[in-house]
Amino acid sequence: MTTVTDQATRQETAASSAQVPPAIELRGISKAFGPVQANKNISIKVARGSIHGIVGENGAGKSTLMSILYGFYKADAGEVYINGKRTDIPDSLAAIRAGIGMVFQHFKLVENFTVLENVILGAEDSALLGPSRRRARGVLKQLASDFELEVEPDALIEELSVGHQQRVEILKALYREADILILDEPTGVLTPSEADHLFRILRGLKEQGKTIILITHKLREIMDVTDEVSVMRRGEMVATRKTADTSPTELAELMVGRKVLLRVEKTKAQPGDEVLRVEGLRLVDAQGVERLRKIGFNLRAGEILGIAGVAGNGQSELLEVLAGLREAEGKAWLRGAPLPLSGPECNGQARRAARIAHVPEDRHRRGLVLPFHAWENTALGYHNDPRYNPSPWRMDGAAIVADTAAKMERFDVRPPNPQLPAEGFSGGNQQKIVLAREIEYGPDLLLVGQPTRGVDIGAIEFIHQRLIQLRDAGAAILLVSVELDEILSLSDRILVMFDGRIMGERMADATDAKELGLMMAGMTET
Amino acid sequence: MSSKRIPNWADVTLVPLVSVVLAFIISAILIWAIGESPWAAVKMMVDGAFGSSYGWGYTLYYATNFMFTGLAVAVAFQARLFNIGGEGQAALGGLGVALVLLYLPWPHWTLALLGASVGAALFGALWALIPGYLQAKRGSHIVITTIMFNFIAASFLNYMLVNFLRPVGSQDPSSPRFPDATSLPKLHEILGLFGIPFSKVPPVNISLLIAVGLCFAVWWMLWRTRLGYQIRALGESEPAAQYAGISPARITIIVMLISGGLAGLMALNNVMGEQERLVLNAVEGAGFIGIAVALMGRNHPFGVFLAAILFGFLYQGGAELALWTGIPRELIVVIQALVILFTGALDNMVRIPIAKLFSLRRAG
Amino acid sequence: MDLATLAQVLDSTLRLATPLLFACLAGLISERAGVFDIGLEGKILAAAFLAAAIAYVSGNVWLGVLAGIAVSVFMSLIHGVASITFRGNQLISGVAINFLAAGLTVVIAQNWFQQGGRTPSLTGDARMPTIDLPFAEALADVPVIGPIYGIFSGHAPLVYLAFLCVPATWFLLFRTRFGLRLRAVGENPAAVDTAGVSVIGLRFGAVAICGVLCGLAGAYLSTGLSAGFVKDMSAGRGYIALAAMIFAKWRPWHAMGAVLLFGLLEAVANRFQSIEVFGLALPVQVMQALPYILTVVILAGFVGRAIPPRAGGSPYVKEH
Repeated sequence: MTTVTDQATRQETAASSAQVPPAIELRGISKAFGPVQANKNISIKVARGSIHGIVGENGAGKSTLMSILYGFYKADAGEVYINGKRTDIPDSLAAIRAGIGMVFQHFKLVENFTVLENVILGAEDSALLGPSRRRARGVLKQLASDFELEVEPDALIEELSVGHQQRVEILKALYREADILILDEPTGVLTPSEADHLFRILRGLKEQGKTIILITHKLREIMDVTDEVSVMRRGEMVATRKTADTSPTELAELMVGRKVLLRVEKTKAQPGDEVLRVEGLRLVDAQGVERLRKIGFNLRAGEILGIAGVAGNGQSELLEVLAGLREAEGKAWLRGAPLPLSGPECNGQARRAARIAHVPEDRHRRGLVLPFHAWENTALGYHNDPRYNPSPWRMDGAAIVADTAAKMERFDVRPPNPQLPAEGFSGGNQQKIVLAREIEYGPDLLLVGQPTRGVDIGAIEFIHQRLIQLRDAGAAILLVSVELDEILSLSDRILVMFDGRIMGERMADATDAKELGLMMAGMTET
Repeated sequence: MSSKRIPNWADVTLVPLVSVVLAFIISAILIWAIGESPWAAVKMMVDGAFGSSYGWGYTLYYATNFMFTGLAVAVAFQARLFNIGGEGQAALGGLGVALVLLYLPWPHWTLALLGASVGAALFGALWALIPGYLQAKRGSHIVITTIMFNFIAASFLNYMLVNFLRPVGSQDPSSPRFPDATSLPKLHEILGLFGIPFSKVPPVNISLLIAVGLCFAVWWMLWRTRLGYQIRALGESEPAAQYAGISPARITIIVMLISGGLAGLMALNNVMGEQERLVLNAVEGAGFIGIAVALMGRNHPFGVFLAAILFGFLYQGGAELALWTGIPRELIVVIQALVILFTGALDNMVRIPIAKLFSLRRAG
Repeated sequence: MDLATLAQVLDSTLRLATPLLFACLAGLISERAGVFDIGLEGKILAAAFLAAAIAYVSGNVWLGVLAGIAVSVFMSLIHGVASITFRGNQLISGVAINFLAAGLTVVIAQNWFQQGGRTPSLTGDARMPTIDLPFAEALADVPVIGPIYGIFSGHAPLVYLAFLCVPATWFLLFRTRFGLRLRAVGENPAAVDTAGVSVIGLRFGAVAICGVLCGLAGAYLSTGLSAGFVKDMSAGRGYIALAAMIFAKWRPWHAMGAVLLFGLLEAVANRFQSIEVFGLALPVQVMQALPYILTVVILAGFVGRAIPPRAGGSPYVKEH
């Protein structure tokens, strides 16, 4: 693990000893949120007039680093140099003054303001708005013709497409005469043609001498548009490469790291009858973005179907639709009987009654009620279970506590105390509480999202074994994970999702990380 | 914020206690500023409220009112709904009691109490149903709608009293007296059964036992039934409740029905128990005091019980103060305001220093 | 209803609408900045008391007005500290402020003036003067024009100020830098923060303006509309103003329309026990309840939905 890092650093120092000071240099930046070290001693140089990519998995610390650069968070340690000059950035105003503009992943726009109002907000010329409006109108016209950034100045933000809203964010930065533009996951919400347009804009800005930092986890974009690329993993900067000298495969390896491959003991699957069939599943979110584009697949008893993909390509939505938490178009059948995807029968209780259990991706928000005791969380979703309710007037707390204690024992939850609030357990033990609840329900179909996110190594192995056991007991399991290793070691069959579509299907024993990685990056099937 | 944790016991007892002490200190300064002695005032209040069975009787009478309205606010708050409409719901409960007692024949007070309970709870619940429904189905902010419904209730009650309930020829906008058979036994009669002497003057009556019983019942409902489980789950985390298949709209409506019903039941104490007729403004702000009681009681029925007794003491003690000193009754409203301010809105001001103290102690 | 009665009713509508208008604009500015304020009632009451008390003691109504503004701003700042600085519950803070005012005014008034929680009656310079518009007297006898002009003449300066505040608020909100930022902070504080502008500063500014306007509402109530303070004299006006603000969907000109409508309802209710509308006798209680009923209907979204500022009611916490 360390060898990669060392090599990369050495390479990096050798490569960048230019005469012009870099537009941005960060030295030894560290930032912790409570016990979580989001950034560890990060140093990076971004050359003037270049497009510099920063890649890494979710939670690698990219956004935190950029938020520090934009004065949104204060670093615990480290220094920032802009154009070779040491610069303190205590707040966003300082960042703006230093010539930094930022396009956040979630736009910071006032939805019921016009484009013009959003652009001048905070950068007004005088106490009265008239002169600012007039000047901004002119500047916007100029920027539009210079950089293909056409937006109707009097349109309301909420009436614009996501792509146009993003242009407004870029215009905001340029109106403040930013020299350095940071874009955080800019293409996550864009259609491919919108993304292509964005890249044209970025190249145009680069030609004008602007410096651009592009944060993404999509390798294709990095290869397309950047000059240099830095890779982050678990809060550390592990490598910087000239884009021309690297490949998606290398970057993917750097992103994931050469961690210990968890070999899961398992026999070959014995798939039985079809449990789930999905056809033409389509989901359009509130912003009008198509998240699932007519997805179809099937899943049989006694098999684990893994959904691989970079986060944000529709896997989460797929899980939520199947779990009855979101309504969607299309058709689904459970053991041959229609499974409603919308309407009053599409809810968590109905799904459980149909013997579908769900381990949600976000256990803090959905899977657990954090202030509730462990035993109360054991009843979450199963609160109507007759075993827990001897009469309508009494929920049998003692029975649930006893059941929880037994589950804790079987799943090795520590501390095995049903009276402890859920927020008092470590991530791995929280996840075991959720898993115990869902697995021991004895579902025909288990939906699992990111089963080992934020979970320590020991618990990972345990959780994997339990999933295999459930499979061997004849349940069908749909596994969504952004950890490729996990997909590879657990699944019997693998679907790769990209941009709301299924890019292809592979048998787990007939593929490898390299092939899947390319499919995940949106490269078409070979 | 995980570093700012404080132990559960401190959160439940220390934080509200410090808040209340702060409120009392400021009140003491106020008493001193208007030229009275805070110490003498406290002594007079305690004597007036607890020094005799007469004082106890009034204290408990007020406390009964506050238990009903405090429970109403607390139940709604468990689902994170802020029901400011207790005042209107209690007023409508009074109308329910009056209609039941005036227009139906009752042979005995026990049956009358049963009928009046149904009337009070039903009217209060229905008055809360509309804001609840609008919140659940139309997203109308429940705080604003319940405020509006307080005023609508006042006008509606006024209209009913003036046009329907007022006896012919009477100028006073109030209903006729309820039949004698519907008169509730007073506390002194109940205690008399056990040979315990108690003052005959104060209006404290059997509703006290109902209120105490309801504290227990609400606790049972919240922590011993699946309805309560669903209410609390929705209150703590709406996404988790949705995940569990708990319908937020359904629970919101049910909670508001329960909350309104509890507020409405207050009418058993003041309308049926004390006045024995329906008058204008019978609630006298008890609906709002319920907010302070619930906040101080940390929205727990047992806490509500204790806080209701404390406010009963403040009201009775305050009345004594007004009688014997130059301190007007409204001092109690100030104390109530400070309790709401410190325990409700300035919670973090108290919590953050306490959390710091705890983390210092842990570190050192 | 004859013409003279009508003129009287309209005249009293203007006066009754004045405190509502101040308070409504106060709430509008606070909520536009994302701070809910159900404590308008308390601030009006506190200002009414202190304005009357100081006017009585000093014999100068304008000192009273200043004192009213001062106490109202002070209470606004309590609300600001609770809800902006300490991120407390804005609604609970508002409730507390209403009770604080209801209690303190009586306690202090009783201690100060010994008249059962009221101030002595204001006379002479302690009472707010009225302004006769030019030519009011000359035109008085001219048919139609005279009485109509008369409706607008002879009011206290604060009445005219209240109505001037409508275009002023509109201008502030929609034509100035401060207004742009203020509206933005109520819709999306993150947009303001990332633009390098202080969210906390803006919200405190809005809350302070709210205090000034509530102070004017209260001062007019006790020195202009009445001659002295009596217990609970705000009588729900803060809530009616809140209703008017929702009714107007947080827009200044519409706010004026709403308070005139609610003022008219009050004026009519004060004068008649019941009124016939299209052959249907409306009892006085219906007129009293009408502002609230109309507001609930608007809130329910059956007649044009009222959408409050999107960041309203929640403290700003940074997140990326």
